[in-house]
Amino acid sequence: MLTNRSKVVVKKEMNFWERIYLPAILGGIVITIKHLFRRSATVRYPEKKREISAIWRGQHVLKRDDIGAERCTACGLCAVACPAEAITMIAAERKKGEENLYREEKYASTYEINMLRCIFCGLCEEACPKEAIFLTDRIIETDYGRKGFVFGKDKLVEPVDQRVDVSKRQTPAVLEFKQHKQLTHNK
Amino acid sequence: MISFLLYKGILSGAILALTLLVAAYSTYAERKIAAFLQDRIGPDRAGPFGILQPLADGLKFIMKEEIIPNVSNKLLFVLGPCIAMLTALMAGVIIPWGGTLIMDGVEYSLQIADLNIGILYVFGVVSIGVYGIMIGGWASNNKFSLLGAIRASAQMISYEIAMGLSIIALIIMTGTLSLREITLLQTGGVGGDWNMWNVVYQPLGFIIFLICAFAECNRTPFDLPECETELVGGYHTEYSSMKLGFYLFAEYINMFVSSAVISTLYFGGYNFPFMNNLGLDHNTITILGTVAFFLKITFFIFFFMWIRWTVPRFRYDQLMNLGWKMLIPLAVVNIFLTGLVLIFMNR
Repeated sequence: MLTNRSKVVVKKEMNFWERIYLPAILGGIVITIKHLFRRSATVRYPEKKREISAIWRGQHVLKRDDIGAERCTACGLCAVACPAEAITMIAAERKKGEENLYREEKYASTYEINMLRCIFCGLCEEACPKEAIFLTDRIIETDYGRKGFVFGKDKLVEPVDQRVDVSKRQTPAVLEFKQHKQLTHNK
Repeated sequence: MISFLLYKGILSGAILALTLLVAAYSTYAERKIAAFLQDRIGPDRAGPFGILQPLADGLKFIMKEEIIPNVSNKLLFVLGPCIAMLTALMAGVIIPWGGTLIMDGVEYSLQIADLNIGILYVFGVVSIGVYGIMIGGWASNNKFSLLGAIRASAQMISYEIAMGLSIIALIIMTGTLSLREITLLQTGGVGGDWNMWNVVYQPLGFIIFLICAFAECNRTPFDLPECETELVGGYHTEYSSMKLGFYLFAEYINMFVSSAVISTLYFGGYNFPFMNNLGLDHNTITILGTVAFFLKITFFIFFFMWIRWTVPRFRYDQLMNLGWKMLIPLAVVNIFLTGLVLIFMNR
């Protein structure tokens, strides 16, 4: 009633043509035969992939900085922002001589995202003050068990020699937002 | 004598192989047509366009674990699918697959046996088919199987009456029970002596027969015996491996045979338009006729599948109402109309 779209159902007696079903069935088979000549809505997946949006949110990446040190400082803002509570991490202190591995004094010794919980909303990326986590256009691979979907640092941190390009997600709106240097997390 | 046996042996072997091939590819066609009607692609992994899918399915059925429930009657449990398969194959014997081929002055008919009670034989064999389902369902010792089997037998018995009555009108018209003679009576047609197919004279009988054929084959909208939403799998709930394969296969063979019977009775069998006006020699006409016959069969198999993906399943009381209160009276009316018309035509 709230939407004003409710209809009163009238259950009236069927007339002769409705009772013998045949006209209705004829109408039905005309509808189905039309679908025979329609282009199929599905694609042959592994060979042919659907075009995805420029800002598609897929598997996460933990970025390294220019010298190859991990940007993440295990502040936990992403875990707090995560509505699905998919992110967990354990922080550790950087030792002497590890400056080329971790950018700041604190880093995440373990960092796990449960991809079965993740809803790919991208709030972790928005929350990150260090531009360490990004969502990419990669699709999570399938697995037979649940354990395989808990991605640790081995799968999340980008390899030094194979950097993951996240510039595609940097739409004009995002870049515009990042120019506001007075916002603390853009510093 | 030996050449006669050889010819019959080759013919029945060829028809057996053909029936199995058509049944195997019906499973593939069913999935493909289902896919196309639902805007999907369907099986396309095994071979080009998934053309080897029936082989893969068959292999899977054979490799699967064979389970015979402890509480079942083991003899009958195995016998059920055998009967279903056997009776399904038996009906192909009397169908005239084509005219005659003349080789070295000897005339070879493309029909294994021309029984003068052809239609009755079909009915008899089809009626035995219900034993396969009934025995299988009962021997499983499972309530769902039993319910499915009871439904199947009730449904088949009910629809056989209407089917038989719809045929009587045709028999009154043609005056013969032999399928070959019924086919020969429909020779000519368009372009010839305007001797039309029986469907022109018996439209009502054809519709009744078609609906009953759907029910006899346990096809949607009458697939209550294996109604998976209510009965798990119906009569074949407890079956696995190739025994299940036999039941499913028997259904497709039944579909093939009923398509052949419908084509023979109402759509001129191996006759095709202009067949006697093209000036072709006898053997060419026979081969073209067989091709035409298979095209008709293919269309009806397609029609079976087309209906399956269009019409939802009937409720059980609707099924019985349709059978007993609609189709049987209509078939009787059809008999009277045919009789009256024939009496007035003869005057």
